[in-house]
Amino acid sequence: MTVLAERPVRETAPAPPKRRKRSVLPYVLIAPTLLTTAYLLLYPLIRNVVISLQEFGLPQLVRGDAKFVGLANYVKVLSDPEFWSVVRRTLWFTAINVVLIMVLSTLVALLLVRLGKGLRFLVMGGLVLTWATPVIAATTVFQWLFQSRLGVVNWALVALGFEEYRDYTWFADGEATFGILVTLIVWQSIPFAALSLYAAMITVPQELYESARIDGAGAWRVFSTITFPMLRAMFGLITCLEVIWVVKAFVQIWVISQGGPGQATTTLPVYAFQVAQSLQRYDLGAAVSMLMVLLLVLALLAYFRQLYRQEREA
Amino acid sequence: MIGRISRTTAALVVFVLSVFPVYWMVLTAFKPTKDIQSATPTFLPVPITFDHFGTAIAAKGFFSFWRNSLLVAGGAVVLALLVALLAAFAIARLRWKGRRAFVLMVFVAQMTPWEALLIPIYVIARDTGMLDTLWILTLVYFMMTLPFTIVTLRGFLAAIPVDLEEAAQVDGCTRGQAFRKVVFPLLAPGLLATSLFGFITAWNEFAFANVLIIKDQDDRTLPVWLSSFNNTFGTDWGATMAASTLFMLPVLLIFIVLQGRVTTGIVGGAVKG
Repeated sequence: MTVLAERPVRETAPAPPKRRKRSVLPYVLIAPTLLTTAYLLLYPLIRNVVISLQEFGLPQLVRGDAKFVGLANYVKVLSDPEFWSVVRRTLWFTAINVVLIMVLSTLVALLLVRLGKGLRFLVMGGLVLTWATPVIAATTVFQWLFQSRLGVVNWALVALGFEEYRDYTWFADGEATFGILVTLIVWQSIPFAALSLYAAMITVPQELYESARIDGAGAWRVFSTITFPMLRAMFGLITCLEVIWVVKAFVQIWVISQGGPGQATTTLPVYAFQVAQSLQRYDLGAAVSMLMVLLLVLALLAYFRQLYRQEREA
Repeated sequence: MIGRISRTTAALVVFVLSVFPVYWMVLTAFKPTKDIQSATPTFLPVPITFDHFGTAIAAKGFFSFWRNSLLVAGGAVVLALLVALLAAFAIARLRWKGRRAFVLMVFVAQMTPWEALLIPIYVIARDTGMLDTLWILTLVYFMMTLPFTIVTLRGFLAAIPVDLEEAAQVDGCTRGQAFRKVVFPLLAPGLLATSLFGFITAWNEFAFANVLIIKDQDDRTLPVWLSSFNNTFGTDWGATMAASTLFMLPVLLIFIVLQGRVTTGIVGGAVKG
């Protein structure tokens, strides 16, 4: 629904001709936005670039006499094999999450279209409840669900006959923790994607489906020849947004595992924060986060292209 | 027939999977401790107890964290509304050079990866003496919600016909009066929806609250407190879940108030970090 909110309102619509064109009023009105954005957004961003080009550790933080070292921090980060293993993990983590989110959300949206009024209301209500759950509350609940001794997940698995899950400590194992984080993020992300896709699907004219069915097309054929092509831009848009959100995901990982156990769940934002906070190498942390921004800019450019395409098709 | 049964089953599975974690949180919060610790969990809310809520509320600093969260989120939203209203009016109602560039800037600002700005904002807060104050959090949250607020308010403003304003001006109102007396009342629902969504963003924010409030633990906000429940409650899951429930309550109330708008999809991006 961000998608709808962000849709640029027609650019040529307003402004009756009567009004004077050379007024300073508009510039006065946007001045507060420009000033605060410059100080609270642009300045920190520039400061991040500057720090990433300096030698900036705890002494420099206290004394404030950081020296420029050129690209030394970037060289150091890029030649560190650990950085590359974090990048690989981030891409892997993003791919798994986004594929699961998109496939499951599409299935849920297709289901919603086919449900009767009562059941649809029930399912949508459940999705909105999930959507409304604050990240921190969800993260805390998942820690409780997967507790080793009293957690309900272990109880259910044992009850189903998987005896090896009795008192199983999920958070001590790298892959298990990774799996829990994927589950948590997918669970939190489905409502937005599914409800947006559902809202888009009900705009497809019914006659198209009917004629396809008369021609004897099965469910998969209807989806691949009608629904998906009609909503291609919408699918692209939501995929881009999910990629951006998953790459940035920090809170869930930091609260549940702080990137551990070992480095099993350290993705780029967590790594940047670890380097800056625990090692107090703000310069290297800034360099890592600039590299992450670069990665995100790629996703963003794709997003804006989709937004533009969606705009043209709508 | 078979299709209908499988659809119903699928719908119930989706419903249970999406609701269960929240249900389990609330259920645990109301369960007596001996039921929480029993080997076979119970899935129905009988018997219930309010002890855990008592423990959560009595925890050291609970009310000051609650107040801090309210102050920070409320302050950010009020600031964002004031600044955004001016900018939204300029984009939706006036024609001027650079408008397209300004709109583009707002869209780009909305996609800011805030997670990448933790380090510079920490350094800036330290340099300016704002570290460990609620001011810096209010400012950061204000900036996080500002682009979204401008975009949505502009949408709401654009939906109000310019003719209404002009009619008021023909009848002798100044432009300011026309805005105050005609546009503003029509805009009020939009203002409410936008500000509530901004409020949720600020209320839920964790990363900056965690980094910018370090020494003065009394100045923490609820999300940071909740994330450190192990220090506060140890393994008392009943109290932890009661605290989570209390934290989620305002957000849930806002969602219920705005449910029509959520489903029609006017606003929403603010809900996801």
